[in-house]
Amino acid sequence: MSSGLYSMNKREFDVAFDTKRVKPYGDTMNDGKVQLSFTLPIAADELAKEAAKLYAMKMGLEEPSVVHMADLGVGYSFFVIYGSCIHTIDITDIKVTKVESSVMSMTEVDEYIRKNIGRKLVVIGASTGTDAHTVGIDAIMNMKGYAGHYGLERYEMIEAHNLGSQVPNEEFIKKAVELNADALLVSQTVTQKNIHVQNMTNLIELLEAEGLRDRFIVACGGPRISHELAKELGYDAGFGAGTYAEDIASFICQVIKKPE
Amino acid sequence: MSSLKLDVRLIDSARESARQIAEDTQKLIDIHTTVAVERTITRLLGVDGTDDVGTPLPNVVVENIKKAGGLGIGAAYFLVNAVLNTGLTTQEVAEKVSAGELDLTKLPAKPEEEIKDKAYELAVKMVERIRSNREKRDEYLNTIGEGRKPYLYVIVATGNIYEDVVQAQAAAKQGADVIAVIRTTGQSLLDYVPYGATTEGFGGTYATQENFRIMRKALDETSREVGRYIRLCNYCSGLCMPEIAAMGAMERLDVMLNDALYGILFRDINMQRTLVDQNFSRIINGFAGVIINTGEDNYLTTADAVEEAHTVLASQFINEQFALKAGIPEEQMGLGHAFEMDPGIENGFLMELAQAQMAREIFPKAPLKYMPPTKYMTGNIFKGHLQDALFNIISIWTNQGIQLLGMMTEALHTPFMADRALSIENARYIFNNMRSIGEEVEFKEGGMIQTRAAEVLEKAAALLEEIAEEGLFATLEQGKFAGVKRSRTGGKGLDGVTEKDAKYINPFIELMLNR
Repeated sequence: MSSGLYSMNKREFDVAFDTKRVKPYGDTMNDGKVQLSFTLPIAADELAKEAAKLYAMKMGLEEPSVVHMADLGVGYSFFVIYGSCIHTIDITDIKVTKVESSVMSMTEVDEYIRKNIGRKLVVIGASTGTDAHTVGIDAIMNMKGYAGHYGLERYEMIEAHNLGSQVPNEEFIKKAVELNADALLVSQTVTQKNIHVQNMTNLIELLEAEGLRDRFIVACGGPRISHELAKELGYDAGFGAGTYAEDIASFICQVIKKPE
Repeated sequence: MSSLKLDVRLIDSARESARQIAEDTQKLIDIHTTVAVERTITRLLGVDGTDDVGTPLPNVVVENIKKAGGLGIGAAYFLVNAVLNTGLTTQEVAEKVSAGELDLTKLPAKPEEEIKDKAYELAVKMVERIRSNREKRDEYLNTIGEGRKPYLYVIVATGNIYEDVVQAQAAAKQGADVIAVIRTTGQSLLDYVPYGATTEGFGGTYATQENFRIMRKALDETSREVGRYIRLCNYCSGLCMPEIAAMGAMERLDVMLNDALYGILFRDINMQRTLVDQNFSRIINGFAGVIINTGEDNYLTTADAVEEAHTVLASQFINEQFALKAGIPEEQMGLGHAFEMDPGIENGFLMELAQAQMAREIFPKAPLKYMPPTKYMTGNIFKGHLQDALFNIISIWTNQGIQLLGMMTEALHTPFMADRALSIENARYIFNNMRSIGEEVEFKEGGMIQTRAAEVLEKAAALLEEIAEEGLFATLEQGKFAGVKRSRTGGKGLDGVTEKDAKYINPFIELMLNR
């Protein structure tokens, strides 16, 4: 069954690390070992197992071994598969867009704003559109913060306004103008069928239509957001999972300082 | 016999404070009605369907009344008066209103007694339909039976009701006892209930009466197949709280999320609107035999689970009293709480165990609904599966009633079919393997667990005493729950609240409370 896991076959691959031909690592350089799981909409039997195996081979796995198959009821089956992937990646040829600011601590940010900007920065945040989840924006903005990283409300030199969830883009912009905000933070937590992309695009379009885009720094965050996606949609920055308030605060104050 | 050695007098005094709070608030509830309550009455009197632009007829009817300033007299009065005047059915009356052929408030007024008698006569039909649904459920439970507690509760959320059916039937076959169809994002803020079967939704599926019917039928089939009655759950919250309750009662839903304060705190719905709406929705749920689930499990995703644990208990006490006022017996009170502590906290599991056991001992008959970690779930699905396992251990240990199963892909996407299967497998393994641990293991006298529970109870009792003095509204204004501040006249839906006129009638309250 799962003989692949304990295979004693002689390995016939080059075990030298090569930045131009990087492969996944199981327990030996370049063994290409990957694990994956998926469901097929067919009944769990020998045919399904073979189908799963062949499918894994199409994905570039050599000697895939189906280590687990489960019947999900209603004629669907679930698989766990291990195999060696044939593909390699040349990491010398990759370009990554990342937020270009150095990350400072809360006190450093406050100090930086005092020294370089000389006034409090106004930051407003919201979970916009239909998104009802405030976990993300709360983690960044609320006094308490998240996992020991204080939120923006705690920063002495930041005036933070958390507008909560399900804030329509129009209302968000209205508030930004009213509060004379320096930066707008958009949180998108739960999304299906990429509705977050439509909603985020809509905000930028509205800002542009009203000639307000250049007035604010506009950043977005959420588990499905990358800096690259954010830039593509016309945002100044995008922050993915594992972002804390200081990452965002550092970015905002450094961008604001720049023009001078 | 309490294994936590909780102070019984403190429990009694907390409960007494909560009773006072509910009593005070009930005074305000009793003299008010809302557009949602009136639309519900319209539905229960037999009006359904939409006009040609898709506006539900109950909205058309209530809007017609509200526009003329008649909301305080109520939909029952005007609808029944129209029936008496025209000899048409309520549905036909609604269609005529929609066509602009009838203005409800402009018809000659029949004597009040006559209207009242006819209203009760029409209402009894629907009340009997709901009663027979309740009996049908009992019959299923008595003949094919049900799963053991804690019931395994899973969600489906594809956006397409027909795809949801596939997911739900699969989950039932994998061992689920309760299927909750998550609503589409944003539905709670719609001031109407969409109509018909729906196949598009984001993060969930529209709650419509037709969708309820489709899913109930599918689950009845699966129930017979697997030999366990599979309960269906939906969300009785937001701006259409009582309407959803009515639809659920008509289509034999079994479980409803139905919190007195949730809409205020998490959806910024006006507090007067929510409190009036929750009361009628709970009267319906109580009569329909629906287990309500309260939303305390959500408090801690916003506030800190260690420091704010007492607000969960305080809210459970308040929810219990509001539920009693609406005729919901303890056996239908699925009071909520959650495991939301940072997994990095030393002995966090012990604190959680203390709190879960405390809820069990304070609300002994309630089918407590216990919710998994969500705030601290990450993309590390392997760790997430373990976090869910710890939570399953607490659930079986403390004999929870309904176990909302955690998914390792929480915070990533709405569950895949396989995610659900793995979660069910996880829970079944632990429940079976540790079935009687609660009966075997005692807590150390004066130890960490007993001390933690005592602390939380003490703080909750103090908070309730404070709220009883200041009033619930003032407390919400100060942000004492979930760290969220709400103003009395702020939030959505206040314009739909009005004081009842002397002529006001709602036959369902009396018929459903005096069953």
